Amino acid sequence: MTTELLDRVDTAADEEQVFVTLTVADQLCGVPVLAVRDILGEQIITRIPLAPPEIAGSLNLRGRIVTAIDLRRRLRLPDPAPDTGRMSVVAEQGGELYALLVDQVSEVVSLKARDFERNPATLEPSWAAFSTGIYRLGERLLVVLDVGRLLALSEQG
Amino acid sequence: MDDLLTDFLTETNESLGDLDVALVTLERTPDDADNLAQIFRLVHTIKGTCGFLGLPRLEKVAHAGENVLGKLRDGVLKATPAIVSQILGALDRIKAIVANLAATGAEGVGDDQPLIAALDATAAGQPTPAKAEPAALPPPPPVVAPPVVAPPVAIEAPPPAAPTPRPAAEPSVEEHAAAPNAAGAPAVAAQTIRVTVDVLEDLMTLVSELVLTRNQLLQLARTQDNSSFTVPLQRLSHITSDLQEGVMKTRMQPIGNAWNKLPRLVRDLAHDMDKKIELTMLGADTELDRQVLELIKDPLTHMVRNSGDHGLEGPAERRSAGKPETGRIVLNAFHEGGHIIIEISDDGRGLAVEKIKAKAIANGLATEAELSAMSENQIQRFIFRAGFSTAAAITAVSGRGVGMDVVKTNIEKIGGAIDLKSTAGEGTVFTIKIPLTLAIVSALIVEAGKERFAIPQISVVELVRARRTHGSGSDSVIEHVNNTPVLRLRDRLLPLIGLNTLLGLGDTQDDDGGAYIVVTQVGANLLGIIVDRVFDTEEIVVKPVAPILRHVTMFSGNTILGDGSVIMILDPNGIARATGVAAGGESKTFNTAPTETNRSGERVSMLLFRANGDQRMAVPLGLVARLEDVEREKIETASGAPVMQYRGKLMPLVALSQHDPEQPRQALLVFVDGELAMGLMVDEIIDVVEDSLAIELSGARAGVLGTAVIGGKATDILDTGYWLTQAGQDWFHTSSGERSGARQSRVLIVEDSGFFRQLIVPMLSAAGFRVSAVDSAKAALRLQESGEMFDAIVSDIDMPDMDGLAFARAVRAGGPWADLPLIALTAHADPRHIEAGREAGFTDYVAKSQRDALIVSIRQCLSELNPA
Repeated sequence: MTTELLDRVDTAADEEQVFVTLTVADQLCGVPVLAVRDILGEQIITRIPLAPPEIAGSLNLRGRIVTAIDLRRRLRLPDPAPDTGRMSVVAEQGGELYALLVDQVSEVVSLKARDFERNPATLEPSWAAFSTGIYRLGERLLVVLDVGRLLALSEQG
Repeated sequence: MDDLLTDFLTETNESLGDLDVALVTLERTPDDADNLAQIFRLVHTIKGTCGFLGLPRLEKVAHAGENVLGKLRDGVLKATPAIVSQILGALDRIKAIVANLAATGAEGVGDDQPLIAALDATAAGQPTPAKAEPAALPPPPPVVAPPVVAPPVAIEAPPPAAPTPRPAAEPSVEEHAAAPNAAGAPAVAAQTIRVTVDVLEDLMTLVSELVLTRNQLLQLARTQDNSSFTVPLQRLSHITSDLQEGVMKTRMQPIGNAWNKLPRLVRDLAHDMDKKIELTMLGADTELDRQVLELIKDPLTHMVRNSGDHGLEGPAERRSAGKPETGRIVLNAFHEGGHIIIEISDDGRGLAVEKIKAKAIANGLATEAELSAMSENQIQRFIFRAGFSTAAAITAVSGRGVGMDVVKTNIEKIGGAIDLKSTAGEGTVFTIKIPLTLAIVSALIVEAGKERFAIPQISVVELVRARRTHGSGSDSVIEHVNNTPVLRLRDRLLPLIGLNTLLGLGDTQDDDGGAYIVVTQVGANLLGIIVDRVFDTEEIVVKPVAPILRHVTMFSGNTILGDGSVIMILDPNGIARATGVAAGGESKTFNTAPTETNRSGERVSMLLFRANGDQRMAVPLGLVARLEDVEREKIETASGAPVMQYRGKLMPLVALSQHDPEQPRQALLVFVDGELAMGLMVDEIIDVVEDSLAIELSGARAGVLGTAVIGGKATDILDTGYWLTQAGQDWFHTSSGERSGARQSRVLIVEDSGFFRQLIVPMLSAAGFRVSAVDSAKAALRLQESGEMFDAIVSDIDMPDMDGLAFARAVRAGGPWADLPLIALTAHADPRHIEAGREAGFTDYVAKSQRDALIVSIRQCLSELNPA
C-alpha cells in the first residue's frame, strides 16, 4: 500500500510538460510548446503608427500578416539596446496570429510537475498578471508565461 | 434562353434528383409522413412553376402526379410499389419534357393522356395495383414519341433559342427512350451548377494570395537580368492574371439582381402616395462583385424610395410646374475606369436649399456665416450628415431612422463615394461610384516618416509636388495659416494634413524640403495629405487589421507588398474624420470662440473679422448677405473706385482697410438689397459668435459705431450705414426711386439702443424708405405734437421710461397717428409677448434679428393701407 501511494505521487510529480524556453531581459521564461506555432529569427517589422506601445508592428509570415507584440514592453521592462536582433514566438489567438518579440529563444525542454510552484505572492503585478507559475530548474528559475493573457490586449484597450 | 426558364430548369432538375431519392425511400418506408410531405411539396412546386411559365404539358403531368401524392399524403391511398412506379413514371415524363425544354426551349409534342389517365385513376382510388404496372409501362412508348416528332423542332430551334449549342442535348433526348432516368439531367446540369458562396470566397482568397506571391516573384525577377526564370515567370504571371479574372467572374452578378425588387417598390410607392412614377432601369446587366452587390442593395433601395417619396411631386404639383404628371426615376449603371457608376436621378422638385440651411443651423451643423460662404452644392450635401431628413414629416414610406447618412456610410465602407447634383424644380441626381470588387484594389504607395503606406487609388484625385520652404523652382509651396498647412491649388486653398504629424511619426523633413501632396477626395471635400515620397501603384489585397488595432481608424486594413513587407492601408475617410474635414468643410478653428449662453439682453449673431491689420471688428450677421473669398485679380477699377464682377453685375467695393496687393485673395462681406450689392473688403473673416451686444465706448472714428466686448475681446462694431454710403449714392437713391415710385414712405423708428438705430436706419433707407429715428417713446410723442406725419412706426418694446406697449397705447388713444401701422421690434418674439403687443395696439411683431422680415412687414402694412 505504501509503495502504491508513493508510486502515485511519483507519477504525478513525474508528469512532464514541454516548454519552449526563452529569455527576456535576462529572465528565463517558458511557453507551453503546444501554444507555439512558429519560432522566427529576426524579422522586418512594419511599425504601426497610433497603435498601443506594446505593439511592435506587423510582419509577414509566409503570406499571413502577424501582429508583433513586444514582450519587454508588455512586461513593462526597458527597451533593449538598439540593433539587438530579437526573435519571435508565434502564437494563435482567435484565428489571428501574433508574434511575441523576445530577446532569445533557447530550446525545448520537458519539465516535471514536481518542480512547479505557484507565483510567489511578492511577484511584481506586471509579471504576475502574465505568469501562471514558476519552475525550479537546476540553477535558474523559469517563469511560465500565459500566452492567452499576453495577447489579450484588446480587452485592456 | 430566357433567364427565368434557365433558372426553372436548374431548379427542376435539382428537385427531380431529390424526388428520385425520396420516392425510393417512400417505397421502403411508405408511412414516412415527412418524406411524403416533401415529395408532395417538390411536385407541387414544379407544377406551380410550370403553370406560371406557361408550360401546359409539364403542368398537366405534374398535376396528375400531385393528385396521387396528395391522396398518399392524406392517407387515402397507401404507397404500394405499383403506385410508386407510377409516380416515377410521371417523373420520367417530366424529365423528358424538361430535357426537351433545355435542348429546344420548347416542351415538345407528345401524348401524355394515357399516363395522366392512369394517374387519375389511381387518384380516384380505383384498384390500380394490378393495372398499375401496365399503366406505368405504357408511358414509354408515348415518351419515345416526342423525340420522334421533336427532332425537326430540335434541329431548327437550337441556333436561335440557345446561344451556346449543347451537343449533348439532342442525343440525350434520343437516349431517353433507352435510359429514361439519366436522360434529362446532364443536358441541363451542364450549363450551371450551384456552388456555395464559401467555396467561391475561399477560391478568391487563394487567388489573392497567388497574386501576391506572383507580385513577389516578379519583384525578385526584376533584380536579376537574364534569369532563366524570366520566361516561365512571365507565363505564370499571365496565367495568374487570367485565373484572377476567371475567379472574379464567378463572383460577378448583374446589378439588375439588386434592382429586381424596385419596380414593385416604386409601384406600391406610387399607389400609396397617389403619385405617378415611371421607373427606368438602364444598364441592369452591368456586373459587379456579389459582395459589393449585397452591400449596395439596401442603400439603393433606400435612395429610390427617397426619390419617389421626397423627390417627386404629386401629379397636381407637377402639372402646375409645367411638367408631365408622371415623374421619372432613372437608374443607370455603367462601368467607368475600374469602377461602377450608378446614377439615381429623378425629375422632381430638387433639394430645398433653404430648408436644408435652416435644418443645418437648427442642428448646430453649421453657422449662418459658414452657410453663407458655402456653395449651393455644399449645402445640399448636408443631407449626408447624421440626423438629417428634409421631409418635414416622416412618412410611412421613407420610414425613420435611416437617412442618407447611413447610405453614405455604407457606400464609403466599401470604398465608394456618393455625390449629388440638384437643381430646384428640375430634379436631383445621385451618383454612386463603387469599386468593382473589394478583394483586390489598386493603391498608391507613399512614404512618410520612413514608413510606407498604401492609399487606395479610388480616393486619390491627383498628386502635387510641393516644397516645404520657399525656394527655387516652380513647385508649389506649402504655406501656413497659424501652423495649419495649406496649399494654393489652382484657384482654391487646399487644406493639408501632414501624414507625419497625423500618425505621430515625428518630423522627417527631407533636406531639399521637397514633399508630395496626395490630393484625396472625401465626400465632397478635398484634402491634401503631405507625404515625403511617392512610389508606384500596386495591386493590393486588402486584409483586415488585427482586432487589437481596430480602434485605429486611420487604417482600413493592411497588406503584403510585392517585396514581402507588410504595409498599412490608409483610410482617407478616417483621416478626414480625424482632421474634421469630412464634417462638411468647416475647419476646427471656426467654432472655438466662446459663446456665452443665458444672458438676458439682446443676443445677436455677430460676424467677427479683421481689418486694418489687427483691428478686430464685428457686424451683425443679419446684415451680411454673403461672405466671399475672391481672387485679387478679379478686382478691377472703375472711375477710380474698386469694383468687381459679381453674379453678372458690377459690384462696388469699399476697402475697410488698406489692402495689401500682395495677398492673392480678398475676403469680402457682401451686402445685398434687391438688385444692389456692395462688397466690403476686409483682411480676414474670423468667426461668427452669438453674444449680447453692449457698446461700451462710442465710436470716435467714422465707420465705427463703438467698441463692445465680443467673445471676451474688445471689438469695434462696424457702422454699416456709413460704409454703405461709401459705396456711392446709388445705394440709396436707385433703390428708393425704383421701389416706391413718386413718393417715399416715411417710417419712424423708436429705439433706445443707438446701435440698433444705426443698424435699422441705413437698412430701411436702403430699402427705399425715408427714415426718421428717435431714441425714446417720449421723443416720438413730441414729434406727433409738433405735427410730423409718417406712414408707419417701428418701435422697440423694451425702453426706459415709457416702454413700447405704453407707447402703442398712447398712439392708439387718439391723434393723427392713431391709425398708423405700428410694428413692434423686439428681442422677445414669443407668443406671449406677441399677444401683449397686439393688445396694446401693434399691427405686427418682428424679431430684431430678422432684418428682411422688418422690411416685408413694413411693406405689407403700407400696401394694406394704400392698396393703390
